[in-house]
Amino acid sequence: MEELRNETQQQSLSDVAVALRGITKIFGKTVANHKVSLDIKRGEVLAVLGENGSGKTTLMNALAGIYFPDEGQIFINGEEVTISSPRVAFSYGIGMIHQHFKLVDVLTAVENIILGLNEPGRMNLKKVAARVKEICDAYGFVLDPTKKVYDMSVSEKQTLEIVKVLYRGAEILILDEPTAVLTPQETDKLFAVLRNMRRDGKSIVIITHKLHEVMEISDRVAVLRKGEYIGEIETSKTNPQELTNMMVGRPVTLNIDRPEPENPTLRIEVKNLSVVSEDGVQKLNDVSFKAYGGEILGIAGISGSGQKELLEAIAGLQKTSGGEILFINDDGSSENLIGRNPVAIAQKGVTLSFVPEDRLGMGLVGNMDISDNMMLRSYRNGSGPFTDRKSPYSLAERVVGELEVMTPSIETPVRRLSGGNVQKVLVGREISLSPKVLLTAYAVRGLDINSSYTIYDLLNRQKKLGVAVIYVGEDLDVLLELCDKILVLCAGHVSGVVDGRTITKEEVGLLMTQHGKEEAANE
Amino acid sequence: MSKEPNAAATKRSFAIRNPFVLTKRTEGMPAYKTWGVRLIALILAIIVCGLITLLITGLNPFDVYATMIRGNFGTARKAWVVLKDMAILLCVSLAVTPAFKMRFWNIGGEGQILVGALATAACMILLGDKIPTGLLIPIMFIAALAAGAIWGIIPAIFKAYWKTNETLFTLMMNYVALQLVSFFIIVWEVPKGAGQIGIINQSTLAGWLPWIGGQQYLLNVIVVAVLTALVYVYLKYTKHGYEISVVGESERTAKYVGIKVPKVLIRTMALSGALCALAGFLKVAGTDHTLTTTITEGYGFTAVMVSWMANFNPIAMIFSTFIIVFLDKGAGEISSMFYLNQSFSEILTGIILFFIIGSEFFIRYKVSLRRHETKEV
Repeated sequence: MEELRNETQQQSLSDVAVALRGITKIFGKTVANHKVSLDIKRGEVLAVLGENGSGKTTLMNALAGIYFPDEGQIFINGEEVTISSPRVAFSYGIGMIHQHFKLVDVLTAVENIILGLNEPGRMNLKKVAARVKEICDAYGFVLDPTKKVYDMSVSEKQTLEIVKVLYRGAEILILDEPTAVLTPQETDKLFAVLRNMRRDGKSIVIITHKLHEVMEISDRVAVLRKGEYIGEIETSKTNPQELTNMMVGRPVTLNIDRPEPENPTLRIEVKNLSVVSEDGVQKLNDVSFKAYGGEILGIAGISGSGQKELLEAIAGLQKTSGGEILFINDDGSSENLIGRNPVAIAQKGVTLSFVPEDRLGMGLVGNMDISDNMMLRSYRNGSGPFTDRKSPYSLAERVVGELEVMTPSIETPVRRLSGGNVQKVLVGREISLSPKVLLTAYAVRGLDINSSYTIYDLLNRQKKLGVAVIYVGEDLDVLLELCDKILVLCAGHVSGVVDGRTITKEEVGLLMTQHGKEEAANE
Repeated sequence: MSKEPNAAATKRSFAIRNPFVLTKRTEGMPAYKTWGVRLIALILAIIVCGLITLLITGLNPFDVYATMIRGNFGTARKAWVVLKDMAILLCVSLAVTPAFKMRFWNIGGEGQILVGALATAACMILLGDKIPTGLLIPIMFIAALAAGAIWGIIPAIFKAYWKTNETLFTLMMNYVALQLVSFFIIVWEVPKGAGQIGIINQSTLAGWLPWIGGQQYLLNVIVVAVLTALVYVYLKYTKHGYEISVVGESERTAKYVGIKVPKVLIRTMALSGALCALAGFLKVAGTDHTLTTTITEGYGFTAVMVSWMANFNPIAMIFSTFIIVFLDKGAGEISSMFYLNQSFSEILTGIILFFIIGSEFFIRYKVSLRRHETKEV
């Protein structure tokens, strides 16, 4: 592998596939890219690294024909070109795989692949399927050509997107945050096919902010910061710390704080909780655990093991089929939360703050501004028929100030903010309720290092205030560094509650896949 | 890369075919600019209409425009008719707006107006001689609003609990209402066999809305003016209005913060239906004093356009209502003055609406010339 990497690098020095020169893109008053120049070589994996809002995606969108740059030139194989639409980009062999997949749910894989292609002659799905299979075999993809998109997992959809651009003859593939939605195993598979494509002489650009992935897959790294091109460096000659400093613009420590819990008090006790989904699938099976104020309880598990249902059940959004969720008041008395809606729970003086997985789809209203989004939790306050607009506005100002939300103004619709800032708005609002229990699901998904650390910091501050924090995470390294205890879920069962300070990553990984062994033994 | 020459050709022809670059305005335009764009659109529309008039009919366009204005404001009587029609159309437009903001496509305005009118007429005919007008009018008012609310609630319940499509449902409710009205027109027809009701309580004036300051239509205008302010405040400053926006933007978010979505759907449609029925009430009790199947004048559908043109803003709706009514009256006037076919005035209305609605495109998108022309060739 190492040999191969050196080989391809030597080749690529003389082999520039795409050259961007002085690309500038301005949105209103925001300068998304300022005179960025960048080379993409044939047969290499280039990582484009940068914080949220640093202009990585905008730059690549300009190459893929989504945006038209205000200034600058694009050369492909040394010839200047004008890329006015994705179709033109395709004609130059440029294909982009977006963060949000652009697939038609009710069509099969093959139908999605030929959609919009306008190939001459009769449509022959079998021929297409054969060609798709060839591509899959060549690079090691696993894809069922006749499967409908709505039946596919996230990773399958991504595979389909990649095969789609390869089918169209893409030589230059741009992947925008490809691993944000994948499990570690799926990520490994993706990287394996990317390596195969590199060997085949294709140019691959991955837009990312995950440093260990940059180190693992890329040959070169180009760093952007606030729309400016900072520099590029060969991956083998750098390290995560240096890259972070380039990205953030100042030295950043990469350790997560974990203060000792101060007199933890029992806050939530879940007893034998079971949840059966609407289509009859047992999502949670006899789940019992305790969560303490002043502690961070991590929840680990393969995605879809019941994390979402567990949090939604505690927040009153999920129907349960058995068991109890007890909330323990300050005076030691306890109340069952099951059967109450979120508003009733809040009125009882029980404050649960829930940061759902899908930030824009559920926690916030994309078209509303920051102030109106703050109102989602508080608009019922006061007795009259009118809403109080002043206090949400001042809360919005406070959140923007304290959490350093990058936004043109309080009146900006949140859908126009970048992912990290959206998350800050959401977490900021939830924290402002001064909760006793803070439930977070994938709070740092898709966030860059700087924003992630801000979020960890916020959670630690809540922990110090005596809040029981429940943190559903996907990055085991983070769970092991941040959480006091880790509850491992496997297929709806609790397969263990372990001490975050002493357990190893391998042990947690094992628990994630071996469900109910202990319980079975006890029975 | 054997595709390259081919690709270059594609790109060149693309640049020739499409020399403009469209970008969505993410920042939004300042208000003075948006109104500037709309004004320019209106001026362009008037110029184009003038040219077409000149070319097709040979008439002096300025005469035609003057006639249009005279058709609207030529006499005090005409001006009052404009106000009367504006009041009813604006009332229906305000009525459908809360539903639209909730992304509930209520195109059942027609039916909701009709049942309101039917309930009003029923009270006037059946109770006209039995109770004093002072009591009768409140009863008519309540009956009309209740009927409209029921007409709105039915599709809302089906949508809330069984996820039926509200567009089809409200549309079909229009026909049900129409048949009901046809039926009762035969029941109450005067004289028997006439197929129409005629003026209700013409001798007693029971249930007729009072004239204010000697003006028959002033009360309607005042009622709708107050309603405009109320709907504006309701949507913008109340908890209900906020809930409507949240449900409209994202049902999942609404559920997440504990908003009972079915309740909001039903409540809002009750309001929407009731306000449509208010228009029916004003029409029967205030202006027409009879019940016909064409009493809605298609306002239930026209209101959809008015509401959209105003971007669901009740204040802006006053202007969009005015434009529609002005064009309609002006078109009628020129067709009778110059002995032109009614179709000609419809052509002019079409051109003007095309420009006005088309201007919204330039408000939402930025159009710029392609700067990077290819140097090869």
